Amino acid sequence: MMEKPNLSFIIEIAGDDEAFQNSILEIIKTEFREEVNLFKTNFSLKKYKEAAHNVHKIKHKIGLLGLEKALIKASEFEKALKIGNTTLHHSFLEILNKIHVFLYP
Amino acid sequence: MNCIIIDDDATARLIISQLCEKSEWINVLAEFSSAINAIKYLNSNTVDLVYLDIHMPTFSGFDFIQTLKNPPKIILTTSDKNLALEAFEYKSVIDYLVKPISKERFNKSLEKLKIFSIEEENASLESKKLSDYIYVNVDKRLVKINIPSIYLIEAKGDYINIKTNIKNYLVHSTLKKIEDKLPSNMFFRVHRSFVINFSEIVDIEDNTVLVKQDIVPISRSLKSELIRKLNRL
Repeated sequence: MMEKPNLSFIIEIAGDDEAFQNSILEIIKTEFREEVNLFKTNFSLKKYKEAAHNVHKIKHKIGLLGLEKALIKASEFEKALKIGNTTLHHSFLEILNKIHVFLYP
Repeated sequence: MNCIIIDDDATARLIISQLCEKSEWINVLAEFSSAINAIKYLNSNTVDLVYLDIHMPTFSGFDFIQTLKNPPKIILTTSDKNLALEAFEYKSVIDYLVKPISKERFNKSLEKLKIFSIEEENASLESKKLSDYIYVNVDKRLVKINIPSIYLIEAKGDYINIKTNIKNYLVHSTLKKIEDKLPSNMFFRVHRSFVINFSEIVDIEDNTVLVKQDIVPISRSLKSELIRKLNRL
Protein backbone atom coordinates (compact mmCIF):
# COMPACT_ATOMS: atom_id res chain seq x y z
CA MET A 1 0.00 0.00 0.00
CA MET A 2 1.27 3.47 -0.91
CA GLU A 3 2.19 5.58 2.11
CA LYS A 4 0.27 8.80 2.60
CA PRO A 5 1.38 12.14 4.02
CA ASN A 6 0.28 12.55 7.62
CA LEU A 7 0.69 14.90 10.56
CA SER A 8 1.72 12.38 13.22
CA PHE A 9 5.30 13.61 13.38
CA ILE A 10 4.23 17.24 13.67
CA ILE A 11 1.63 16.37 16.31
CA GLU A 12 4.31 14.52 18.28
CA ILE A 13 6.51 17.62 18.34
CA ALA A 14 3.75 20.15 18.92
CA GLY A 15 1.85 18.09 21.48
CA ASP A 16 -1.49 19.69 22.36
CA ASP A 17 -0.38 23.03 21.05
CA GLU A 18 -2.72 23.39 18.09
CA ALA A 19 -1.52 26.90 17.26
CA PHE A 20 2.01 25.59 17.00
CA GLN A 21 0.89 22.70 14.77
CA ASN A 22 -0.73 25.22 12.49
CA SER A 23 2.30 27.48 12.40
CA ILE A 24 4.55 24.56 11.40
CA LEU A 25 2.09 23.61 8.67
CA GLU A 26 1.90 27.18 7.39
CA ILE A 27 5.68 27.42 7.14
CA ILE A 28 5.87 24.03 5.42
CA LYS A 29 3.25 25.17 2.91
CA THR A 30 5.15 28.36 2.13
CA GLU A 31 8.60 26.81 1.97
CA PHE A 32 7.51 23.70 0.08
CA ARG A 33 6.04 25.72 -2.78
CA GLU A 34 9.18 27.87 -3.04
CA GLU A 35 11.54 24.91 -2.85
CA VAL A 36 9.63 22.92 -5.46
CA ASN A 37 9.59 25.89 -7.85
CA LEU A 38 13.32 26.34 -7.39
CA PHE A 39 13.91 22.64 -7.96
CA LYS A 40 11.84 22.63 -11.16
CA THR A 41 13.66 25.69 -12.50
CA ASN A 42 17.11 24.30 -11.74
CA PHE A 43 16.21 20.88 -13.12
CA SER A 44 14.85 22.30 -16.37
CA LEU A 45 18.04 24.34 -16.76
CA LYS A 46 20.05 21.14 -16.13
CA LYS A 47 21.64 22.72 -13.07
CA TYR A 48 21.66 19.37 -11.34
CA LYS A 49 23.90 20.25 -8.42
CA GLU A 50 21.64 23.15 -7.48
CA ALA A 51 18.62 20.90 -8.04
CA ALA A 52 20.19 18.32 -5.71
CA HIS A 53 20.46 21.03 -3.04
CA ASN A 54 16.76 21.80 -3.53
CA VAL A 55 15.92 18.10 -3.15
CA HIS A 56 17.94 18.10 0.05
CA LYS A 57 15.77 20.89 1.47
CA ILE A 58 12.55 19.24 0.31
CA LYS A 59 13.61 16.00 2.01
CA HIS A 60 13.05 17.59 5.41
CA LYS A 61 9.41 18.25 4.55
CA ILE A 62 8.99 14.74 3.17
CA GLY A 63 10.24 13.38 6.49
CA LEU A 64 8.07 15.74 8.53
CA LEU A 65 5.01 14.50 6.67
CA GLY A 66 5.80 10.92 7.66
CA LEU A 67 6.75 9.66 4.18
CA GLU A 68 9.55 7.30 5.14
CA LYS A 69 9.85 5.37 1.86
CA ALA A 70 9.62 8.58 -0.13
CA LEU A 71 12.40 10.01 2.00
CA ILE A 72 14.68 7.13 1.02
CA LYS A 73 13.77 7.60 -2.64
CA ALA A 74 14.44 11.36 -2.42
CA SER A 75 17.85 10.70 -0.82
CA GLU A 76 18.72 8.38 -3.71
CA PHE A 77 17.57 10.99 -6.20
CA GLU A 78 19.64 13.71 -4.48
CA LYS A 79 22.73 11.52 -4.63
CA ALA A 80 22.13 10.60 -8.27
CA LEU A 81 21.50 14.21 -9.29
CA LYS A 82 24.87 15.24 -7.92
CA ILE A 83 26.47 13.11 -10.62
CA GLY A 84 23.96 14.18 -13.27
CA ASN A 85 21.82 11.03 -13.15
CA THR A 86 18.14 11.93 -13.60
CA THR A 87 16.53 8.50 -13.79
CA LEU A 88 14.58 8.97 -10.53
CA HIS A 89 13.09 12.28 -11.63
CA HIS A 90 9.66 10.86 -12.38
CA SER A 91 9.40 9.05 -9.03
CA PHE A 92 10.42 12.24 -7.25
CA LEU A 93 7.75 14.24 -9.08
CA GLU A 94 5.16 11.71 -7.91
CA ILE A 95 6.23 12.30 -4.33
CA LEU A 96 5.97 16.06 -4.84
CA ASN A 97 2.48 15.71 -6.30
CA LYS A 98 1.34 13.58 -3.40
CA ILE A 99 2.52 16.22 -0.93
CA HIS A 100 1.04 19.01 -3.04
CA VAL A 101 -2.41 17.38 -2.92
CA PHE A 102 -2.11 16.96 0.85
CA LEU A 103 -0.92 20.50 1.60
CA TYR A 104 -3.14 22.44 -0.81
CA PRO A 105 -6.39 20.45 -1.06
CA MET B 1 22.14 27.10 28.70
CA ASN B 2 22.00 29.76 25.97
CA CYS B 3 21.88 28.72 22.34
CA ILE B 4 21.40 29.99 18.82
CA ILE B 5 19.90 28.16 15.85
CA ILE B 6 21.40 28.38 12.38
CA ASP B 7 19.39 26.87 9.54
CA ASP B 8 18.24 28.21 6.18
CA ASP B 9 15.07 26.12 6.58
CA ALA B 10 12.46 28.10 8.54
CA THR B 11 10.52 24.92 9.41
CA ALA B 12 13.63 23.42 11.00
CA ARG B 13 14.29 26.58 13.00
CA LEU B 14 10.73 26.65 14.27
CA ILE B 15 10.80 22.98 15.31
CA ILE B 16 14.17 23.22 17.08
CA SER B 17 13.16 26.37 18.93
CA GLN B 18 9.91 24.69 20.03
CA LEU B 19 11.79 21.63 21.28
CA CYS B 20 14.25 23.90 23.14
CA GLU B 21 11.41 25.83 24.71
CA LYS B 22 9.81 22.62 25.96
CA SER B 23 13.09 21.43 27.46
CA GLU B 24 13.03 24.35 29.95
CA TRP B 25 16.81 24.08 30.01
CA ILE B 26 17.81 25.58 26.69
CA ASN B 27 17.22 29.25 26.09
CA VAL B 28 17.18 30.31 22.43
CA LEU B 29 18.85 33.71 22.13
CA ALA B 30 18.59 34.10 18.36
CA GLU B 31 17.88 32.33 15.08
CA PHE B 32 19.72 32.78 11.80
CA SER B 33 19.01 31.66 8.26
CA SER B 34 22.65 32.20 7.30
CA ALA B 35 25.87 31.21 9.04
CA ILE B 36 27.51 34.49 8.10
CA ASN B 37 24.96 36.51 10.08
CA ALA B 38 25.48 34.16 13.00
CA ILE B 39 29.24 34.80 12.90
CA LYS B 40 28.58 38.54 13.08
CA TYR B 41 26.35 37.90 16.11
CA LEU B 42 28.99 35.76 17.80
CA ASN B 43 31.58 38.50 17.39
CA SER B 44 29.80 40.44 20.10
CA ASN B 45 27.79 37.77 21.95
CA THR B 46 28.66 34.59 23.80
CA VAL B 47 26.58 31.42 23.57
CA ASP B 48 26.98 27.96 25.09
CA LEU B 49 25.49 25.99 22.25
CA VAL B 50 24.72 26.19 18.53
CA TYR B 51 22.18 24.09 16.66
CA LEU B 52 23.80 24.14 13.25
CA ASP B 53 22.56 22.97 9.86
CA ILE B 54 25.29 21.57 7.61
CA HIS B 55 23.78 22.17 4.17
CA MET B 56 23.38 25.85 3.62
CA PRO B 57 24.01 27.77 0.41
CA THR B 58 27.36 29.59 0.00
CA PHE B 59 28.54 29.00 3.61
CA SER B 60 28.06 25.52 5.07
CA GLY B 61 27.89 24.44 8.70
CA PHE B 62 31.40 23.01 8.42
CA ASP B 63 32.67 26.35 7.04
CA PHE B 64 31.07 27.98 10.05
CA ILE B 65 32.88 25.72 12.55
CA GLN B 66 36.22 26.25 10.81
CA THR B 67 35.78 30.02 10.92
CA LEU B 68 35.40 30.24 14.69
CA LYS B 69 38.57 30.29 16.80
CA ASN B 70 36.84 28.94 19.90
CA PRO B 71 33.54 27.46 18.78
CA PRO B 72 30.93 26.78 21.46
CA LYS B 73 29.34 23.34 21.80
CA ILE B 74 27.70 22.40 18.52
CA ILE B 75 24.83 20.07 17.71
CA LEU B 76 24.63 19.47 13.99
CA THR B 77 21.23 19.14 12.35
CA THR B 78 20.98 17.76 8.84
CA SER B 79 18.90 15.67 6.48
CA ASP B 80 22.07 13.87 5.42
CA LYS B 81 22.95 10.71 7.33
CA ASN B 82 26.31 10.34 5.63
CA LEU B 83 28.27 13.16 7.22
CA ALA B 84 28.46 11.88 10.79
CA LEU B 85 32.06 10.68 10.50
CA GLU B 86 33.25 14.00 9.16
CA ALA B 87 31.13 15.85 11.73
CA PHE B 88 32.74 14.21 14.74
CA GLU B 89 36.19 15.20 13.53
CA TYR B 90 35.36 18.61 14.98
CA LYS B 91 35.98 18.67 18.74
CA SER B 92 33.15 21.08 19.39
CA VAL B 93 30.53 18.79 17.81
CA ILE B 94 28.77 16.86 20.53
CA ASP B 95 25.82 15.42 18.62
CA TYR B 96 24.45 14.87 15.13
CA LEU B 97 20.70 15.02 14.64
CA VAL B 98 19.12 13.76 11.43
CA LYS B 99 16.06 15.71 10.26
CA PRO B 100 13.22 15.44 10.82
CA ILE B 101 14.24 15.49 14.47
CA SER B 102 11.93 13.47 16.68
CA LYS B 103 11.14 14.61 20.19
CA GLU B 104 12.67 11.43 21.59
CA ARG B 105 15.96 11.92 19.73
CA PHE B 106 16.08 15.58 20.70
CA ASN B 107 15.64 14.68 24.38
CA LYS B 108 18.37 12.04 24.13
CA SER B 109 20.61 14.72 22.73
CA LEU B 110 19.79 16.94 25.72
CA GLU B 111 20.81 14.16 28.08
CA LYS B 112 24.08 13.82 26.21
CA LEU B 113 24.56 17.57 26.44
CA LYS B 114 23.96 17.53 30.20
CA ILE B 115 26.51 14.75 30.72
CA PHE B 116 28.99 16.56 28.49
CA SER B 117 28.52 19.81 30.43
CA ILE B 118 28.98 18.07 33.80
CA GLU B 119 32.15 16.35 32.57
CA GLU B 120 33.45 19.64 31.22
CA GLU B 121 32.78 21.36 34.54
CA ASN B 122 34.50 18.57 36.48
CA ALA B 123 37.52 18.73 34.18
CA SER B 124 37.76 22.47 34.67
CA LEU B 125 37.50 22.07 38.48
CA GLU B 126 40.15 19.35 38.35
CA SER B 127 42.54 21.49 36.34
CA LYS B 128 41.91 24.40 38.71
CA LYS B 129 42.72 22.14 41.64
CA LEU B 130 45.96 21.05 39.95
CA SER B 131 46.91 24.65 39.22
CA ASP B 132 46.58 25.48 42.92
CA TYR B 133 49.78 23.54 43.55
CA ILE B 134 53.40 23.69 42.55
CA TYR B 135 55.91 20.86 42.84
CA VAL B 136 59.47 21.75 43.86
CA ASN B 137 62.67 19.73 44.27
CA VAL B 138 63.79 19.60 47.89
CA ASP B 139 66.63 17.21 48.82
CA LYS B 140 65.92 14.96 45.79
CA ARG B 141 62.23 14.84 46.67
CA LEU B 142 59.39 16.44 44.71
CA VAL B 143 57.39 18.32 47.28
CA LYS B 144 53.88 19.62 46.65
CA ILE B 145 53.26 23.18 47.85
CA ASN B 146 49.88 24.83 48.01
CA ILE B 147 50.39 28.08 46.05
CA PRO B 148 48.08 30.34 48.11
CA SER B 149 49.99 29.28 51.25
CA ILE B 150 53.21 30.85 49.89
CA TYR B 151 53.61 34.34 51.27
CA LEU B 152 57.20 35.18 50.37
CA ILE B 153 59.98 33.93 48.11
CA GLU B 154 63.49 35.17 48.59
CA ALA B 155 66.47 34.66 46.26
CA LYS B 156 69.57 33.34 48.04
CA GLY B 157 72.43 32.83 45.59
CA ASP B 158 71.63 29.76 43.47
CA TYR B 159 68.65 28.97 45.71
CA ILE B 160 65.29 30.41 46.53
CA ASN B 161 63.69 30.28 49.95
CA ILE B 162 59.96 29.63 49.64
CA LYS B 163 58.16 30.67 52.80
CA THR B 164 54.71 29.22 53.43
CA ASN B 165 52.29 29.35 56.34
CA ILE B 166 53.48 25.90 57.39
CA LYS B 167 57.22 25.78 56.67
CA ASN B 168 60.05 27.11 54.52
CA TYR B 169 61.61 25.29 51.54
CA LEU B 170 65.10 25.93 50.20
CA VAL B 171 65.01 25.08 46.50
CA HIS B 172 67.74 25.12 43.86
CA SER B 173 66.10 27.48 41.35
CA THR B 174 65.79 31.11 40.36
CA LEU B 175 63.21 33.71 41.29
CA LYS B 176 62.40 34.18 37.59
CA LYS B 177 61.57 30.50 37.11
CA ILE B 178 59.16 30.28 40.02
CA GLU B 179 57.66 33.69 39.24
CA ASP B 180 56.69 32.38 35.79
CA LYS B 181 54.83 29.48 37.41
CA LEU B 182 52.84 31.59 39.84
CA PRO B 183 49.59 33.46 39.11
CA SER B 184 50.43 37.09 38.40
CA ASN B 185 47.25 38.29 40.10
CA MET B 186 48.49 36.76 43.38
CA PHE B 187 52.22 37.37 43.36
CA PHE B 188 54.40 40.39 42.67
CA ARG B 189 58.16 40.91 42.51
CA VAL B 190 58.85 43.90 44.77
CA HIS B 191 62.63 43.66 44.58
CA ARG B 192 65.17 41.75 42.49
CA SER B 193 65.46 39.29 45.39
CA PHE B 194 61.86 39.11 46.62
CA VAL B 195 58.46 37.97 45.35
CA ILE B 196 55.53 38.50 47.69
CA ASN B 197 51.94 37.29 47.92
CA PHE B 198 49.64 40.32 47.69
CA SER B 199 47.07 38.94 50.07
CA GLU B 200 49.64 38.66 52.85
CA ILE B 201 50.73 42.32 52.85
CA VAL B 202 50.23 43.84 56.30
CA ASP B 203 51.47 47.35 55.56
CA ILE B 204 53.79 49.41 53.38
CA GLU B 205 56.08 52.01 54.84
CA ASP B 206 58.63 54.03 52.88
CA ASN B 207 60.56 51.48 50.85
CA THR B 208 59.59 48.39 52.78
CA VAL B 209 56.58 46.13 52.91
CA LEU B 210 55.57 44.01 55.85
CA VAL B 211 54.50 40.56 54.65
CA LYS B 212 53.28 38.56 57.61
CA GLN B 213 56.17 39.04 60.06
CA ASP B 214 58.85 39.63 57.38
CA ILE B 215 60.04 43.10 56.42
CA VAL B 216 60.82 43.11 52.70
CA PRO B 217 62.56 45.89 50.74
CA ILE B 218 60.75 47.42 47.75
CA SER B 219 62.70 48.63 44.72
CA ARG B 220 62.03 52.30 44.13
CA SER B 221 61.12 51.59 40.51
CA LEU B 222 58.55 48.92 41.51
CA LYS B 223 56.87 50.72 44.38
CA SER B 224 54.42 52.73 42.30
CA GLU B 225 53.34 49.60 40.40
CA LEU B 226 52.80 47.76 43.67
CA ILE B 227 50.71 50.62 45.07
CA ARG B 228 48.69 50.70 41.83
CA LYS B 229 47.87 47.00 42.14
CA LEU B 230 46.52 47.33 45.66
CA ASN B 231 42.86 47.76 46.39
CA ARG B 232 43.11 51.25 47.87
CA LEU B 233 40.50 53.50 49.37
